[in-house]
Amino acid sequence: MTIIAVVLVLIGSAFGLLAALGLLRFPDLFTRLHATAKAGPLGAGLIFLGIAAGSADPLVAVRCALGIVFLMILSPISAHLLARTTVRAGLSAPNITSIKNIDNSRRH
Amino acid sequence: MIQIATDISFGLLGLGMLLTLIRIVRGPTLGDRILGLETLSILSIGLIGSYAARSGLTLYVDIAISLALLSLLPTAALVRYLASARAVK
Repeated sequence: MTIIAVVLVLIGSAFGLLAALGLLRFPDLFTRLHATAKAGPLGAGLIFLGIAAGSADPLVAVRCALGIVFLMILSPISAHLLARTTVRAGLSAPNITSIKNIDNSRRH
Repeated sequence: MIQIATDISFGLLGLGMLLTLIRIVRGPTLGDRILGLETLSILSIGLIGSYAARSGLTLYVDIAISLALLSLLPTAALVRYLASARAVK
């Protein structure tokens, strides 16, 4: 089980580094959201899985599963909130990403 | 063995935090900086998690979970400010 924990922690931290690299290298807010909102929680979730694999306690595994669920629920919510507000406020960077399917007349 | 793996993990996540800090400093819009803040909190969740895997102290799992729950809060508050910046623009 230690081997699995080591591999999962290493893969998870590599995904975290990839999320930060995508945040640095991509040209636009929406492409940056594409990188970080998926790779970041995936990396943290893999590290949680690694903790659950490393410890023999089932209570720790339950807590890690809870952490993964919270990450997977809350990260898309905040990414969607940020993207929607940026589009609605018209604050996006000029014309790198083309947005065609947003109905700006509906404001909830 | 888990010691070496978490050493490498600390290095990778720390490098990721450094790249995120560069984006926060350079970021052309406010949305980029908010996104960088959120990425920083997610990377610190990973950092706390790998310290929990290193030390075997499962208390740190709870800290990571609570940080994951709180990471929505500053994003929501700053996005509210971003929405009000529409009137300023």
